[in-house]
Amino acid sequence: MEWANQLCENRQFGSKMTDSKYFTTTKKGEIFELKAELNSDKKEKKKEAVKKVIASMTVGKDVSALFPDVVNCMQTDNLELKKLVYLYLMNYAKSQPDMAIMAVNTFVKDCEDANPLIRALAVRTMGCIRVDKITEYLCEPLRKCLKDEDPYVRKTAAVCVAKLHDINAQLVEDQGFLDTLKDLISDSNPMVVANAVAALSEIAESHPNSNLLDLNPQSINKLLTALNECTEWGQIFILDCLANYTPRDDRESQSICERVTPRLSHANSAVVLSAVKVLMKFMEMLPKDLDYYSTLLKKLAPPLVTLLSAEPELQYVALRNINLIVQKRPEILKHEMKVFFVKYNDPIYVKLEKLDIMIRLASQANIAQVLAELKEYATEVDVDFVRKAVRAIGRCAIKVEQSAERCVSTLLDLIQTKVNYVVQEAIVVIKDIFRKYPNKYESVIATLCENLDSLDEPEARAAMIWIVGEYAERIDNADELLESFLEGFHDESTQVQLQLLTAIVKLFLKKPTETQELVQQVLSLATQDSDNPDLRDRGYIYWRLLSTDPVAAKEVVLAEKPLISEETDLIEPTLLEELICHIGTLASVYHKPPSAFVEGSRGVMHKRLPARTGSGESTESPDVGTAAGGSAPEAAPSIIPSQGDLLGDLLNLDMAPPTTSGPPPPTTGMQMGGMDLLGGGLDSLMGDESEPPHVPPRMDTPRSPSPQPPSPVYTHTDYTYTDYSHTDSPPDHSPTEHSPPAELGGDIGGSPAMGAGFGAAPAVMPASLNAPVGGGLGDLFDLGGVGMPMGAYIPPKIVWLPAMKAKGLEISGTFARRAGVIQMELILTNKAMSVMTDFAIQFNRNSFGLAPAGPLQVLTPLGPNQTIEVSLPLSTVGPVMKMDPLNNLQVAVKNNIDVFYFSCQYPISMLFVEDGKMERQVFLATWKDIPNDNESQFQIKDCHLNSDAASSKLQGSNIFTIAKRTVEGQDMLYMSIKLSNGIWVLAELRVQAGNSNYTISLKCRAPEVSQCVFQCYEAVLKN
Amino acid sequence: MIGGLFIYNHKGEVLISRVYRDDIGRNAVDAFRVNVIHARQQVRSPVTNIARTSFFHVKRSNIWLAAVTKQNVNAAMVFEFLYKMCDVMTAYFGKISEENIKNNFVLIYELLDEILDFGYPQNSETGALKTFITQTGIKSQSKEEQSQITSQVTGQIGWRREGIKYRRNELFLDVLESVNLLMSPQGQVLSAHVSGRVVMKSYLSGMPECKFGMNDKIVIDKQGKGGATEEAAGKRSGHQSIAIDDCTFHQCVRLSKFDAERSISFIPPDGECELMRYRTTKDIILPFRVIPLVREVGRTKLEVKVVIKSNFKPSLLAQKIEVRIPTPLNTSGVQVICMKGKAKYKASENAIVWKIKRMAGMKESQISAEIELLPTNDKKKWARPPISMNFEVPFAPSGLKVRYLKVFEPKLNYSDHDVIKWVRYIGRSGIYETRC
Repeated sequence: MEWANQLCENRQFGSKMTDSKYFTTTKKGEIFELKAELNSDKKEKKKEAVKKVIASMTVGKDVSALFPDVVNCMQTDNLELKKLVYLYLMNYAKSQPDMAIMAVNTFVKDCEDANPLIRALAVRTMGCIRVDKITEYLCEPLRKCLKDEDPYVRKTAAVCVAKLHDINAQLVEDQGFLDTLKDLISDSNPMVVANAVAALSEIAESHPNSNLLDLNPQSINKLLTALNECTEWGQIFILDCLANYTPRDDRESQSICERVTPRLSHANSAVVLSAVKVLMKFMEMLPKDLDYYSTLLKKLAPPLVTLLSAEPELQYVALRNINLIVQKRPEILKHEMKVFFVKYNDPIYVKLEKLDIMIRLASQANIAQVLAELKEYATEVDVDFVRKAVRAIGRCAIKVEQSAERCVSTLLDLIQTKVNYVVQEAIVVIKDIFRKYPNKYESVIATLCENLDSLDEPEARAAMIWIVGEYAERIDNADELLESFLEGFHDESTQVQLQLLTAIVKLFLKKPTETQELVQQVLSLATQDSDNPDLRDRGYIYWRLLSTDPVAAKEVVLAEKPLISEETDLIEPTLLEELICHIGTLASVYHKPPSAFVEGSRGVMHKRLPARTGSGESTESPDVGTAAGGSAPEAAPSIIPSQGDLLGDLLNLDMAPPTTSGPPPPTTGMQMGGMDLLGGGLDSLMGDESEPPHVPPRMDTPRSPSPQPPSPVYTHTDYTYTDYSHTDSPPDHSPTEHSPPAELGGDIGGSPAMGAGFGAAPAVMPASLNAPVGGGLGDLFDLGGVGMPMGAYIPPKIVWLPAMKAKGLEISGTFARRAGVIQMELILTNKAMSVMTDFAIQFNRNSFGLAPAGPLQVLTPLGPNQTIEVSLPLSTVGPVMKMDPLNNLQVAVKNNIDVFYFSCQYPISMLFVEDGKMERQVFLATWKDIPNDNESQFQIKDCHLNSDAASSKLQGSNIFTIAKRTVEGQDMLYMSIKLSNGIWVLAELRVQAGNSNYTISLKCRAPEVSQCVFQCYEAVLKN
Repeated sequence: MIGGLFIYNHKGEVLISRVYRDDIGRNAVDAFRVNVIHARQQVRSPVTNIARTSFFHVKRSNIWLAAVTKQNVNAAMVFEFLYKMCDVMTAYFGKISEENIKNNFVLIYELLDEILDFGYPQNSETGALKTFITQTGIKSQSKEEQSQITSQVTGQIGWRREGIKYRRNELFLDVLESVNLLMSPQGQVLSAHVSGRVVMKSYLSGMPECKFGMNDKIVIDKQGKGGATEEAAGKRSGHQSIAIDDCTFHQCVRLSKFDAERSISFIPPDGECELMRYRTTKDIILPFRVIPLVREVGRTKLEVKVVIKSNFKPSLLAQKIEVRIPTPLNTSGVQVICMKGKAKYKASENAIVWKIKRMAGMKESQISAEIELLPTNDKKKWARPPISMNFEVPFAPSGLKVRYLKVFEPKLNYSDHDVIKWVRYIGRSGIYETRC
């Protein structure tokens, strides 16, 4: 209604201008015509022509050819025309640096103009022309403008220093502009102060250690004064700058807070949020028993609630921040539950965030209301939202014990609706409720079983299977139910397979008589027919446990599980602290530290909340204050990862993340630090892929799982198995989830949180187990529990083709030999902004005739930031050409953008065939037959395996030991290798006890392979 | 800071593209089009990260405005800026549409150059901008005029210029409230709040110092304590005070003064401005009560009866009343009977819309409808969206009353009494829903 008046005012305005016509010229020869018009004598025509040029530029046409003609129009007293020419200059100066110099004179002249608007325009534009040569000419005018009598020119010049610094930092320092800028902080004009603060803050960010801003009580005082007077934007710059200051003591902290709190009533939400940031940070220093502290807490709530009446986009930003604030200081908003109730017309992103906060605020006091709401939401339309609502009901049950019963009955009601995804989601959360309140709600199992057939999602199936296994003794037809799942075992996802394996073993231990066949079946499916190492290893563990000592097996597998903790989905405390320091910014929206999404040096500095200091220190230690959730110190909640991870964690730790596409990678590979894991998101996940799945090759993998006498005995405590399972979180809005390390011990018992595994939870591990089974377990554990299918050595993935060289496509990979098939395992990452399709691969001729055995299977287009793992089977029947080095492979990869070439070296061990074991006699004869000239000798240093271990390790890579001789404490191992092209390599490995250096002699009719073979030995033995 | 700002039409064609920072390239323009505008699914977040570049977008009718950055910018500020940008454009050329943007693209570039410098928002008050971004070419301004412009743009009082003169000093105050309600089918208030705005239109000479007073509980209580008994103070002011949960002010209001004394003092911009926004949750007068009754008769029929009751002084009249009763997607026919106004089934909106022009306080009206349903084998139940209501009433549902607005202009010779003041109250429905 307001602007309707203005519309009328401007009508004559609007009708006169029909600039849209400039968008429509698309004739050929257009550039030529424009050139003529630009050089026209008539001013009007000239202006028209420049407008056309700008319109073309906007749509993305290249009009850089007109550069000289446009610049010629610059000398004009028509301000509008001048601005258009400047706009053109800013866009194209970089592509025509020499011509841009032509413009300098005009700029310098304009900087002296009598009109302050023109002076400012010139200095503003000049800073945007990113041409090195121009910067020299810019210095003098800039210096003058920084001291200009007109504040409008000064505030523009202040920003210009930041621009110049971005082009040439050294120049800015040399010219002393930084000092001038610092002086502007004391300027009489508030806007000049604000812009100077903004510029200095930005420059300081790229020099983390410089004391550029030099915040001290005096300068802070100046800033606080300017805060009251400058524009809304200026207030944001100043508040954001203030947030970087650390007050000396609680008194100073309080006085700053007192002067910042009035900003909470500003109409601009960004001002409010920035003020909240300052307060949240400085509050940290105030003693909690101070009156002012509680006053401040009370003052914070209303403005946060008011933010929710802003436009939806801002609401979203506010909600993401409130989510952090609620975790840090739940007391602020504990009474405000109602404002987070979802409105029917809220956009989905607002709804989902509100739901999240509702759960965080749920308590005994408000649970009835919350539940009623959640039930309402579960009938909405948006599938994601409904699912989240159902999950939320489950989380309420776990969080507020008194409500559990009502939650369960609500969930049962929802199951009755028979809406497929509601049922599945409900089953997933009911499983969590069972974990929290065992032996309380099992009566509902019957209802759950009725819905067995409708479950088609892996997570729900896995949850249901877990329930059946866990309560097998109460379900009469548990064996039938599980058997029905077993039929399609191979088509199930890994998480379901793993769960099914565990559930059937549990069933067997509970009802051994009827289920023997079933357990045999599942064990053989898991160990023999599966390619998944996790599944196979778990299968072996169970098999050995069961065949060695069923009593012990029972105690391990059916061990009592610890209760799950109630607070779920919390952000890890150090990250939370950092994010609190970034309230209002993108980091707080993504819930990731800036380093995770900002390139270069900017924002890499980690911010921390200040420690509490000062006179009135309370007895509470700072740690407690920072503990998430503000709970009592001894009950600091352990963090359970959210959603997908949560389930994996609860059921069995290593369910593959459901989002993984393609063959599930061994989830074991990522050994990253917690920070990295959180921060890197997708990018770092991919970037660090080169981190090897650091797995000791297993040598004694039984082909048939007959219990073997344990060879080396390890204590369990030595072994820690760390699994950072990962949910690929899309980098746009969902928070990166972080799962804590889990122990393999938890895995076996079907309980993830079993303390520190076996070592730390002796109660779970009966003494009787220690001797035989313990050894066996240790043995298995030594194998990594993650083992490779054939135990063959697989080198870590390395980056073969960096994204820089291939227009955004990054390829890393390795080679492996699995079940006799050579595979090239590739990870393709799209780091460009456009979608990639039509992948194909080709090899150049190479020494062993390697060639792709099929096309590169990239079926779906690879979107920006996406990654795909492909495994390409190779044959050895391609054309042969000797390469140098011998194992060099030149590869060409094509996609819709271009063809890229790279070369890589494969470990020759992948060419070692399985039937490479020579008869003893043949070996002797061949050894003698090969001339001594062909023998080469190598040393392998610092290898601490004994000869048996070495031998079995090598066998994993198809290096077969034929005989062993011990002469004077020195073990001589004789080995044979057969390459895929039929070449035999014979080896003698000498291992001396107490000496970590091995000597190896290789004999081969084609001595050039020796070097490569030796490298393999080294790689296999040392990894 | 903001690295670039793009405006697209609904097809994803670029209408305006202004790059402020070197780290944003032309490909960012395309990335947003491909990944957001042309994305098949609904927008799941107003902030999108594509290849380490963050895109903030807002939509106005079918125009997309996107701000782009590679840094950890203040996200709230970026959105506030985008809204402001929309306001400025609206103030200059009216509705934001493809047509208008194309017609004014030179102006928009000029504005973008002025209000965003190296990605830092600068003064974006339309009042100030209109003094020097005029699109009429350079006027031969005198030196005084120029310095007046620059001091206004950068000064403490950026929203008002000196030397304004009116023959008649006049001001209009509009208290505009929107009352929001979510009620359970049983008539229990699940949540209710009023979000209000005080809009001021002033035509005052000089640099008038204003002070605004309302029946804020905190102020009244304080005065009560200062004077005689609280009761007496209440009587003296003549009406009840209200508890304001939170309020925010136009940048002309001295916030530190409000914080310290809770007094609202300011020098207003010339013409219209939104002086204050506030929110209340206590003792709200709910102008209407909706009583729904939905009965499912078999699988192919629904019976709906809705009663509305007006709950305010009989002497007052509510206007533009509209009740919207959602119907299932498989509705085949509807028969409606209503006591008052007109009701119609709108198939395209899946709702029965019942309109009443006027209704006095303390009255009641009723509608009943029979909805025929097509049999479906869709297992999923109908979600039963809430019944929503629209109306306009001539009072403030929060109970807010303007007590005074004093004007002082020491330099010019007019006093508070010479100013003609008008106050009006309008209460409108916000999201006023009753579940059924």
